Amino acid sequence: MIDVLVVGGGNAALCAALMAREAGASVLLLEASPKAWRGGNSQHTRNLRCMHDAPQDVLIEAYPEEEYWQDLLKVTGGLTDEHLARLVIRASSNCRDWMRSHGVHFQPPLSGALHVARTNAFFMGGGKALVNAYFRSAERLGVQIRYDTPVASVELDGDRFVAARTEAGERIEAKSCVLAAGGFESNREWLREAWGQNERGEWPADNFLIRGTRFNQGVLLKHMIAAGADSIGDPSQGHMVAIDARAPLYDGGICTRIDCVSLGVVVNREAKRFYDEGEDFWLKRYAIWGRLVAQQPGQIAWSVIDQKAVGRFMPPVFPGTQANTLGELARKIGLDEATFVRTVEDYNAACHVGRFDHTALDDCHTEGLAPAKTHWARPIDTAPFYAYPVRPGITFTYLGLKVDETAAVRFGGRASPNLFVAGEMMAGNVLGKGYTAGVGMSIGTAFGRIAGTQAANAAKNLSKKSPETALAAAH
Amino acid sequence: MQQLTDLVARARADADGIGGGATSRVIPIQPALPLTASEGEVARILQICNACRYCEGFCAVFPAMTRRLEFGKADTHYLANLCHNCGACLHACQYAPPHEFAVNVPQAMAQVRMQTYHDYAWPPAMGALYQRAGLTVALALAGGLALFLVLAVAMSGSLLHEPLAGNFYAIFPHNFLALVFGAVFLFVMFALAMGVRRFWREVSPSRDNVPAEVTGVRNAASAEAAQDALRLKYLGGGHGEGCNNEDDRFTLWRRRFHHFTFYGFMLCFASTCVATLYHYLFSLHAPYALTSLPVLLGTAGGIGLVVGPVGLLCLNLRRDLAHGDVAQRPMDRGFIALLLLTSITGLALLAWRDTPFMALLLAVHLGVVMALFLTLPYGKFAHGIFRSAALLKFAIEKRLPNRLQLGAD
Repeated sequence: MIDVLVVGGGNAALCAALMAREAGASVLLLEASPKAWRGGNSQHTRNLRCMHDAPQDVLIEAYPEEEYWQDLLKVTGGLTDEHLARLVIRASSNCRDWMRSHGVHFQPPLSGALHVARTNAFFMGGGKALVNAYFRSAERLGVQIRYDTPVASVELDGDRFVAARTEAGERIEAKSCVLAAGGFESNREWLREAWGQNERGEWPADNFLIRGTRFNQGVLLKHMIAAGADSIGDPSQGHMVAIDARAPLYDGGICTRIDCVSLGVVVNREAKRFYDEGEDFWLKRYAIWGRLVAQQPGQIAWSVIDQKAVGRFMPPVFPGTQANTLGELARKIGLDEATFVRTVEDYNAACHVGRFDHTALDDCHTEGLAPAKTHWARPIDTAPFYAYPVRPGITFTYLGLKVDETAAVRFGGRASPNLFVAGEMMAGNVLGKGYTAGVGMSIGTAFGRIAGTQAANAAKNLSKKSPETALAAAH
Repeated sequence: MQQLTDLVARARADADGIGGGATSRVIPIQPALPLTASEGEVARILQICNACRYCEGFCAVFPAMTRRLEFGKADTHYLANLCHNCGACLHACQYAPPHEFAVNVPQAMAQVRMQTYHDYAWPPAMGALYQRAGLTVALALAGGLALFLVLAVAMSGSLLHEPLAGNFYAIFPHNFLALVFGAVFLFVMFALAMGVRRFWREVSPSRDNVPAEVTGVRNAASAEAAQDALRLKYLGGGHGEGCNNEDDRFTLWRRRFHHFTFYGFMLCFASTCVATLYHYLFSLHAPYALTSLPVLLGTAGGIGLVVGPVGLLCLNLRRDLAHGDVAQRPMDRGFIALLLLTSITGLALLAWRDTPFMALLLAVHLGVVMALFLTLPYGKFAHGIFRSAALLKFAIEKRLPNRLQLGAD
């Protein structure tokens, strides 16, 4: 019988498999996807948010624990667990040498992402390169890997893991198990159910795009909750941004984002504005726009800019609809021409242009307009005009299994002796809502490593470790 | 009279650009030349890459890309030649097939690269040889061999002879060889220079930048470009562990074998130059002793030119089919084969120069070298010239201010 069974093939699963193997356990990793699609949402990631007290290779200045914690507290609005959050933060400060030892390379921040040069360490080549490196290392160390093997359920004896059953019906026993199979954001039925029907009779989730893998169906998450595992988080919470409506249904990843919202106006299907586009720096606001668009009729909106904005934002993957007049633009994107022109002209008339500065909260704002645009408000008056359609793009969900610092799955408050969970399946413990760049990978790496170590220990039938020992072993 | 008035009115309207639309007779001036299919594919892919940028650390292509928002003909030509086909970005790509975006940068770049070799070849008609690269090499080889074998028989009566103590000039007079190879060499240099000159005119940094600024950075840029080319910096993967070959593992062997090949080639070339100096300047005539400088350089170069091409060929045979353009493998392998034949026949000639087979071996060696020389401007060799030019442009461009202000917040 195998010592440690790891269910999943993304960052957290790989960290768990590598740690368990390094601890001497025999490890079998089951990835639901075929090899070409391996790595779950990790293949779309690009960096790790890292605590550091002094400059380190690709990281500049310092990002101390307290500041990291305050950032997390702010974005989650308090929906976090300070003990677990600080554990993740501290782990982020010293996991990179271990990552490097398994072939992960870091690179300086990407052009256009210099704002996170202090807080985030970028993976050279992005998340898929990281996933490739971990899989190579796992193979070299003798971790057995099976692709195309989704797990449907686990067999429990009370709170003890006995075996996993694949969707093909195979029963796989192991002494211990790590669940790291992702959230349920690719499960459209479940999203529909979680988001429900709105006052217009629409099912908003039907119009969501999935930014990541199609394999995060949440089968195991649902199964575990039904089996009595303690859960945490709200199923309608997730990281959601406004992305190009023309993006593919799955795996659109980073390049489908639209970064020109703060440089223009955003109108809904009724050709009306609905929120302050210049409320704050785009970096601090992009995460709310998915939800804002989800609340609009048809869950669609258009980001509209003029010639002045071209070259000031990251180039979008799909070209914008271009027109020489506002009326022509409205016709081309299928909005009511009169309303659209009036919306833009009202906005233009309300613009109080001071000194435009996209790098500061400048003094260009609207007066007497509802909703206001409080910064970077310049009239949209210079042809050609461009419109980009946007829809809510869901990155991941926060509903997960409740854990303590051992990453053990809990049943009615009691920790399982040999079943552990990591990654998106438990990220909600730290990140109850909101998001800040790179924190998902920090959680996945920290808890993946803890879960792997714990699972190896459980398999060895060692006495239950205290969290400090587990962490020490993890380092 | 009315007719003339109408015509004038129409001409005026056309000139003013009014009354346009379907009735306009003026052919609209395209802002840029239309892209070919392979250029269009590079432009499509780079539009996706530019919105992602995860690969910036691997090589020069992606930092060069981020200085642009659109990719016209000249941009695709420049970036295609800047790409070293290392494969790192393909294995790291979240949008690589089977993703519907089907991003394969190395493949798209290779196809445009081939097109640039073809389009910039001099004389232009000879560009067509790239499309039949395997056949070109084979014909050049057959022609070269036939020429020198026939000449050998004609000049000395037979391919076999009493040992001549390595005196090549007993078969082919020195001045004859110097004249034939000198002429071919000059033609090769001229053809390559004309090709790269046309390429440089199209991608010249002075087109989009202030010429004075370009001049100001030229020396530093040239030094860096030379270093990047001579060290094959961009086969290092950005992290120094090398590039990809058969899968997502990194290997330094492609760089090493390329170094063996290139420096082996240069040593052989140096050997020829030293021998020429010996001959004309010091009146020291061949055959040279085994411990003489020309023989030592030639032997070392010959060994490099065996090790390198054999290694590159082995790697090429095991190369992931998704890397680069499979249709170009005859060109790649044809060039590798010619280099290998050059070194093997050269070393064989050295080994058996005191035997009755010298004339035969000499004729074969010279035939192979002739084929190699003749195909230099119309085969894989051109990659070194165009890539060096692209590296120079990159080194210049990165020293100039970036006019984009993307995502400054």
